[in-house]
Amino acid sequence: MKAALHLLRLLAAVLLLSACAGTPLRESGSAVQLRGTGDLGLVIERASGQVTLVNTSIREAYARIGGLGDLSHASVVYSRDARYAYVFGRDGGLSKIDLLEARIVKRVMQSGNAIGGSISQDGRIVVAQNYTPGGIKAFDADTLELLSEVPAEYAPGKFSKVVGLADVPGNRFAYALFDGGEIWVSDFTDPKKPVTQRFPAGQQPYDGLVTPNGRHYLAGLFGEDGIAMLDLWQPEQGARKILEKYGRGEEKLPVFKMPHLRGWSMAAGRAWLPAIGRHEVLMADADTWRETGRVAVKGQPVFVMASPDGRQIWVNFAFPDNGWVQVIDTLSGKLVQTLQPGKAVLHMEFTPRGEAVWISARDDNRVLIYDTRTFRQLGSLPVEAPSGIFFTSRAARIGF
Amino acid sequence: MSIDSALLRLLTACCLVGLAGATAAEPSPARRQELIHLVRQDCGSCHGMTLQGGLGPALLPRTLADKPAEGLVATIVYGRPGTAMPPWQGFLAEEEARWIVGRLLEGFPK
Repeated sequence: MKAALHLLRLLAAVLLLSACAGTPLRESGSAVQLRGTGDLGLVIERASGQVTLVNTSIREAYARIGGLGDLSHASVVYSRDARYAYVFGRDGGLSKIDLLEARIVKRVMQSGNAIGGSISQDGRIVVAQNYTPGGIKAFDADTLELLSEVPAEYAPGKFSKVVGLADVPGNRFAYALFDGGEIWVSDFTDPKKPVTQRFPAGQQPYDGLVTPNGRHYLAGLFGEDGIAMLDLWQPEQGARKILEKYGRGEEKLPVFKMPHLRGWSMAAGRAWLPAIGRHEVLMADADTWRETGRVAVKGQPVFVMASPDGRQIWVNFAFPDNGWVQVIDTLSGKLVQTLQPGKAVLHMEFTPRGEAVWISARDDNRVLIYDTRTFRQLGSLPVEAPSGIFFTSRAARIGF
Repeated sequence: MSIDSALLRLLTACCLVGLAGATAAEPSPARRQELIHLVRQDCGSCHGMTLQGGLGPALLPRTLADKPAEGLVATIVYGRPGTAMPPWQGFLAEEEARWIVGRLLEGFPK
């Protein structure tokens, strides 16, 4: 009787395990297939709560995993061994996915309304940034156990939505308060007792980035023309404004989608940043932070992304210009290519060394792959309403 | 804040005057599908695809219940200056905005 019960339990465990695993898209011949994670990645299917796991060397999807909740503004960071993806869902869900076994290993609901997250320099702490309740929460990267939280209470009883969370050296995280108009830097040297510094930044920071060396934190401002910049090597100097009054007092064009910033905006000694309410990409010298020029583009830029070698900047746009992608050559500062990859282009991701770029076209239910040298389409994958594309090369980068 | 709400009231009033003679034409079934897609996907950039809110406020029946419908129509059509809400008048007609508000108030279709 006891043995039978044990057997039953074992059977249930096996069934449960297989139920948790994702659906492999192709049966592999051998029982165990060894693979590295360096050429793997993940595409968010924003409408169905699924992710598609992909291999960038063979340009194929290898598994699909569901049950991830509301992924309509999902983002992903990777463990330092590039095996696990942490998916932050809009509904506050935080899921840890094993790319090798193609399954969810852990999932917690950590808030009511989240916007993304980041992972610490030592890889041990995963931090989520939340709109409701406004603030950040730190989790153990292994177990997803809550370690501590920093409510974004910028004035007594007033909590801000948190945007632009980025990891910076020293197990610190920099982020901006949309409602509070400040940049905060929280030090998680003691993960259970974070210490936070506050810096006035400007009106309505909408997103932020840290430069690839982890030194400068930039918060784009929606409420005024300019970008707040904090030198994390000399934080005592406070945040200062760069690219101030780039709008020259002209009336802003309507912004139908907020731009996104990440550390890929640095190339050829310059920062390349979306203007707000102007159909322009702004260039700033990365030493002096003075404007060195601007490039007129098709619409309101959303992502302004440098290729890994820094030679090209790829730009996509807000509604209603979201069918276009434009490419800027960083040497000449001029547009060199205009593409129409598909309907509602939401995101782009370069392969680790940048020979190709993957582009999600939400309303075509496809991910398109382009050669960055010839601009020829190399292939495409069917993915349901794809949005964010995240490759494991992010695992080794500061600010992701 | 008070400037915002005053402006909103003004816009609402302008809107009401403009709409007094308009007939409440329902969008065609095909157009409705486009509007549903627009709201879920593009309004969803800020308000969330499930309309639970994001950078913009939630657009759920319980969060909109105390707001006058015509003010909501004006917000869609003209935007809200001083906030991140842009005007959508280039992409939809007022009666379409009114149809959207009606659906939002009763629970937006999938």
